[in-house]
Amino acid sequence: MSTKPLAVRLSHITRSFDGVEVLRDVTFEEEVTALAIIGPSGGGKSTLLRILGGLLPPSSGTLAVGGKAVPTDEAGLRAYRAQLGFVFQDGGLFHHLTALENVALPLRVVHGVEESEATDRAEELLARLGLKGEAGKRPAQLSGGQKQRVAIARALAARPELLLLDEPTSALDPEYTTEVLDVIRDLKEAGTRFVIVTHEMGFARHACDDVAFLCEGRLMEYGPSAHIFDDPQTPELQRFLGRLLEWSM
Amino acid sequence: MVGSLFTASGEGRVGAAKAALNYLLVCCAVVAVVWASLAMAGISLNFDFVAQYRVRIWDGFCMTVGISAASLVLSMLIGVPVALGQGSRVLPVRYLCDLYVKIIRGTPLIVQVYFFYYIIGTAWGIDNRIVAGIVILSLFSGAYLAEIVRGGLMSIDRGQLEAARAVGFTRAQTLRYVVAPQMVARTLPALTGQVASIIKDSSLLSVIAVIELTQTMREITATNYNFFGGFLLLGALYLVLTLPLMFVSRQFEKRLDYEH
Repeated sequence: MSTKPLAVRLSHITRSFDGVEVLRDVTFEEEVTALAIIGPSGGGKSTLLRILGGLLPPSSGTLAVGGKAVPTDEAGLRAYRAQLGFVFQDGGLFHHLTALENVALPLRVVHGVEESEATDRAEELLARLGLKGEAGKRPAQLSGGQKQRVAIARALAARPELLLLDEPTSALDPEYTTEVLDVIRDLKEAGTRFVIVTHEMGFARHACDDVAFLCEGRLMEYGPSAHIFDDPQTPELQRFLGRLLEWSM
Repeated sequence: MVGSLFTASGEGRVGAAKAALNYLLVCCAVVAVVWASLAMAGISLNFDFVAQYRVRIWDGFCMTVGISAASLVLSMLIGVPVALGQGSRVLPVRYLCDLYVKIIRGTPLIVQVYFFYYIIGTAWGIDNRIVAGIVILSLFSGAYLAEIVRGGLMSIDRGQLEAARAVGFTRAQTLRYVVAPQMVARTLPALTGQVASIIKDSSLLSVIAVIELTQTMREITATNYNFFGGFLLLGALYLVLTLPLMFVSRQFEKRLDYEH
């Protein structure tokens, strides 16, 4: 199944926190299917993802997703965010709810789905992500990998236009990392579009169609993943990739 | 589970029978020490007065319960806004709430009782002792409740709020579905404990002659001179109210503990 791309256009996005510039003049125009944002820590990757997701307003610049300008008022932003799916580094699951409720509650409250239908949908998604037996457990009773899969189920519940994943495996042990990345790859094969901030270069290279390299708040390079990894143009990317090879097998 | 009925959690699982037996032993030991102390001090306890004064004692008991209940409600109405006010962006509001909490928590209740009743109460024409007592106790307890609520609010981590925004909740929905349930779970044990404190602290209203349990007992002992019997019974009557609350508080702590 080939995934239908979604037009993402960022023009001259900047963002500063207390006078410190975290993003400088980021301009990006691409048909997104599976995009990885890579780069050194503190380079502005998460900030860019949060701006793209409507969680953080840019200091200046505009963005449009799917041909429509992203709203700037709170009500418009809320509607915009509701059609995306987010997965955070620590999952961001609601501590006091079970896995099933975590998935079903936003469906009912935000999307107005009937209770029984929301429960069915949540059960179906959890089963699909291999969490059938975990539906009644609270986040504290789940492993790191299970928590991230529940978070992915919640993000998918309302059939989002785009899935945004902010370092979903950074806090996980290697075995769980593989488990979560496998899920994301399967989703991609089933037609889900996503943008992922990741340090997993193997995943960025082989499972993502495009890669954007962000360094010191600037978008240094972006393009097809094979091209980015095989033929880096900027010295920053060359150095970044070179350092990653130092300890690889 | 019956084992944990008696004791604090955390020392691992103890069998129900074993726990009950040990608890009984401890109780017997405590009673024995008290008994021996009384004997050595040459005091013989006499509870004959209970039959004679049972109506007054019951009335005092009810008054204590009533004042405590009213104060609990009123102190909630004070404590929650004060907790929110301490985070207000309007500086006079924030500082007023902060000052209130500091002064109340930093002074003894008895000073507040005198100050509010004889100075503020006189100045503003509040001479109903019961109303004054409830207001004073609520002002006192409200400061502690504010601290409990503020602690609960601060313990909600930012990731939860960000996740709520990410799934598309409005502010009201975030409050209802995320903040409130987590707040209740975090603060309910401490709030229940605070109710026990209100009940005990209401005894100080006896100094402005509110005829609650302690004042009743003071009046009775002033006529029959049976101080030891009277005040031991008084302690026991407070325990009747506070022990179940402590038990409930502990149950909440376990029931609502979803962090582990």
